[in-house]
Amino acid sequence: MSNMTHEPNSFAFTADYAEKAKAFIAKYPAGRQQSAVMPLLDLAQRQEGWVSRAAMEVIAGMLDMAPIRVEEVATFYTMYNRKPVGKFHVQVCTNLPCMLRGSDDVVAAAKAALGVDFGDMTSDGLFTLSEVECLGACVNAPMMQINDDYYEDLDANSTKAVLEALKRGETPKPGPQNGRQFSCPAGGPTSLTELTFQTEKA
Amino acid sequence: MLRDSDRIFTNLYGLHDWRLAGARSRGDWNGTKDILAKGRDWIIDEMKNSGLRGRGGAGFPTGVKWSFMPKTEGPRPHYLVINADEGEPGTCKDREMMRFDPHKLVEGALIASFAIGAHAAYIYIRGEFVREAEHLNYAIDEARAAGLIGPNACGSGWDCEVYVHRGAGAYVCGEESALIESLEGKKGQPRLKPPFPAGVGLYGCPTTVNNVESIAVSPTILRRGASWFAGLGKPNNTGTKVFCISGHVNNPCNVEEEMGVPLKDLIEKHAGGVRGGWDNLLAIIPGGSSVPMLNKAQCDTVTMDFDALKAQRSGLGTAAVIVMDKSTDLVRAIARLSKFYWHESCGQCTPCREGTGWMARIMNRMVTGDAQLSEIDLLEEVSRQIEGHTICALGDAAAWPVQGLIRTFRPELERRIKDRQAKTRAA
Repeated sequence: MSNMTHEPNSFAFTADYAEKAKAFIAKYPAGRQQSAVMPLLDLAQRQEGWVSRAAMEVIAGMLDMAPIRVEEVATFYTMYNRKPVGKFHVQVCTNLPCMLRGSDDVVAAAKAALGVDFGDMTSDGLFTLSEVECLGACVNAPMMQINDDYYEDLDANSTKAVLEALKRGETPKPGPQNGRQFSCPAGGPTSLTELTFQTEKA
Repeated sequence: MLRDSDRIFTNLYGLHDWRLAGARSRGDWNGTKDILAKGRDWIIDEMKNSGLRGRGGAGFPTGVKWSFMPKTEGPRPHYLVINADEGEPGTCKDREMMRFDPHKLVEGALIASFAIGAHAAYIYIRGEFVREAEHLNYAIDEARAAGLIGPNACGSGWDCEVYVHRGAGAYVCGEESALIESLEGKKGQPRLKPPFPAGVGLYGCPTTVNNVESIAVSPTILRRGASWFAGLGKPNNTGTKVFCISGHVNNPCNVEEEMGVPLKDLIEKHAGGVRGGWDNLLAIIPGGSSVPMLNKAQCDTVTMDFDALKAQRSGLGTAAVIVMDKSTDLVRAIARLSKFYWHESCGQCTPCREGTGWMARIMNRMVTGDAQLSEIDLLEEVSRQIEGHTICALGDAAAWPVQGLIRTFRPELERRIKDRQAKTRAA
């Protein structure tokens, strides 16, 4: 297959990640270490950017699983990348609530700003653009996830602004891009206006 | 309208400190030891009397579910599993609870674990909620350091650990048995029921699976009393609920309101009304993508509760209100949902695995009118072959929006096909 990703021959967790892996395994009862397969795959992806076959085999060994069982998990869930992705993985939601609020514009702006289509990586390796299903931020639609953060209440301009800022090496502020307070109505709260709390520390 | 003093999620908009000090100032962890001292039976009775119905979509009474667990712990340990795999399109309430009120969930996890005889609770949170998982883990560490959970939690004599487990992108894991499979380190494919989780759940042990909101409201219910909660809302549909209002409204938002609030009031008071005015309304999906849509006439009068929406052949589901005004291409909207269910089908049951793709392909042709008239009936037929013939409800959820579209908007489907055919002939 011509588009087959080069699979590295070996994989090893760094000392730091190996420590984290141990902590994850300890969350589950003795003999149930297979439960840690998802967090360990996530760690491997955080370390390498994607999940290689070598990483799966190392994880299988750590958890006493058949490698095929690890591969089943790694290919069932959409968040595990089975090939390298860009430094910034831009995932645009196009499900219904986002579509109703203009995700078509967000998609067009993202494709134009990055010069790639869904599923592709930019030639400088900085961005991969993906279309994803509902990310659970529907009252802040349309939105996209970039690595671990959500960028919400987007339009074409703010989508472009976020991506251009990343290109310049800046870190745009996650959350609503139109200045509103998380999921509060944009015009100001219609509830929770009469409460005060004692001894509050910010 | 619900008074602020009756609202449970007092930090819904993240205006205040979500950490332990802030949570305590809002009443969390107040007298938890006294609640536990009243015993399991009292807690379960109080939850039953409150009338709380599960907030994950199915609406099963939470106290009754807790009572299904074995009364005494046998050789198999008990587990509490909290379903935080929020992914029903339109739904974004658990996210706010976890990032801005995480201590409500941790306290609820302790109380529910105690009530069902569990010493461990797993919160299964969708993988994309990285920041929310960070807040939860922070809250768990704080609570443990303060002796609120862990060994001898709150000085109650009960040991209880709470863990966060992140998913990795699979809608079907919101189904409780798929979630358990996933938590065991496998593909998230639903199990046949029976046996139910209360008998054979996580690691083959008695397990209760509850939605985030059901667990997070329980400490407040037990502090303020079942009668307080039961006094809000309507009979058999009690209490408060966090609604997610998205789509074509002026101010999309989350808001906690009383169960049974009229849909129109909910949208006009909190979401700034339908874009272009109420008369510009075309249709509303009232409870997340898996429930059938309502037309405007239904929206004029319906109230937001389990029973009223069921009577309209729809459902409260997750209370995710997706509003569509007259500019909406409804055929495209439903086609988008068909694509979603196709993508998320786990592949275990043939009718769903094959049928969701089949429906999605026909729906795409319906959008452009490139279908045949006979395919409307075929589409209906395929949906009937999926509905009720699969292990989990994903198949039904995929079938219902399509059936609802055909039932309500068949003339529009026919019009598109005829227009397209006329254009082809003209060319």
